[in-house]
Amino acid sequence: MNLDLIFDPLFRLPFLTGLLLAVWLPVLGLYLRLRGEWLAVLGMAQLASAGALGGAVLGLPVVAGGAVAGLLAALAKWGLKRPSDSAYAAMLLLGWAAAVAVMSNHPLAEQAAGAVFDGQLYFTGGGHLAASAAVLGIGVLVLVRAHRAMLRARVHPALGPPDAATRLAFDLVAGASVGVAILSLGVMASFALAFVPAWRVFGTAPSWRSALWRAIVIGLVAYVLGFVVALLFDQPFGPAGVAAVLLVARLAPPWRQRADRRAGALSAGGEIGKLD
Amino acid sequence: MRPPGSVLLRAQGLGVGYERPLLQGLDLQLVAGRVTTLLGPNGAGKSTVLRALGEPRLRLAGQLWQAPGLRLGHLAQAAEGQAELPLCGRELLALTGASADGLPPWLADCLDARLDRLSGGQLQYLRFWSIAAAPFDVLCLDEPGNNLDARGLAALRAWLHTPPVGQAVVLVTHDDSLVDAARQTVIRIPS
Repeated sequence: MNLDLIFDPLFRLPFLTGLLLAVWLPVLGLYLRLRGEWLAVLGMAQLASAGALGGAVLGLPVVAGGAVAGLLAALAKWGLKRPSDSAYAAMLLLGWAAAVAVMSNHPLAEQAAGAVFDGQLYFTGGGHLAASAAVLGIGVLVLVRAHRAMLRARVHPALGPPDAATRLAFDLVAGASVGVAILSLGVMASFALAFVPAWRVFGTAPSWRSALWRAIVIGLVAYVLGFVVALLFDQPFGPAGVAAVLLVARLAPPWRQRADRRAGALSAGGEIGKLD
Repeated sequence: MRPPGSVLLRAQGLGVGYERPLLQGLDLQLVAGRVTTLLGPNGAGKSTVLRALGEPRLRLAGQLWQAPGLRLGHLAQAAEGQAELPLCGRELLALTGASADGLPPWLADCLDARLDRLSGGQLQYLRFWSIAAAPFDVLCLDEPGNNLDARGLAALRAWLHTPPVGQAVVLVTHDDSLVDAARQTVIRIPS
């Protein structure tokens, strides 16, 4: 184990790339969960991985291939007649089958598959960093515009869904984010960062604002832990990242109990909430 | 804010439904500062009328005129989507631009609690308030008295007796205590 590796300038760009994604993916995951589309991340990730491998065979730059494949996956999701977990599971199966078929039949794709499935964050460069910053920046802009309409559609569906342009913009930014993330962190680590923090805070955070912050903190702490562990033990980032997200989410403080106590104090004088 | 007494929405011979009409020949006029109450048995199409005011696909016949730039608020009968959602009362009000001013004191204290930690009555009144205190011109209220206890019903009744002067209200209810024929326009829908 060489602790100096953590501070090696060679790994600064990869660290920053992952850091941006570790901030963005938990936020994206919260909004996907809000829309009941958490499984869509994995479906889009698998389709994007197949597209990225296909792009590698055609000689496209890897990051560009991933982003384009992610956008195409988002369009596939957008085009679903009946969006549902079943449809996302079908996307997942289709993407996995296509990715394995491409990987098994072309040496260039086999090489790229290492990055997609293992999560070879340590071999990423300036292109990955720029793409991660772009999806983060555009994603935040889209959410600033879409946030209120997306939450309102959940609690007051009778007021109508967000307009079509807003929904398409969100789907495209989600697809591009997934496409960029899988080429840096790997498919399952990207999915874990989008799924697990949102899952953990959805049932426990006392407000949406706190849910956002807490999901980001879980994502960041887990990412740094996964990065260091993978580097020190010379492992691909993917499995270390997934294990770290699960561990950090499991150890995260029991926020719900605090929120319950507060609600209990409020209600001490009269009608009160369901403290199950 | 619309001038009190101005007509905000007018329907003539309205037929509403899904594949086939549930209700036909309804005449309706919504006026700022006035409550219009729809009464009728279950399944008569009252809730569909409310939905049809904002959803053209549910309007199968008749004519509907709306004041230009009309903003329509709709409180649906069932509270859906709040379970397992990290959203507090204050954030719910912010989503529709509703002000917390004027909330009953017993609810004002709960604004920082998660919606799914509130009682059914607290949640229902907060949902009602998030529509009623928002900058909508027409408020479509579908059974707003659901789950309310005596205190909540009294607060709702008081609000219905003196609705905001610039808003028109169309109310669907089975609760007779919310109906005041002297102050409201009452339309009875046959089965």
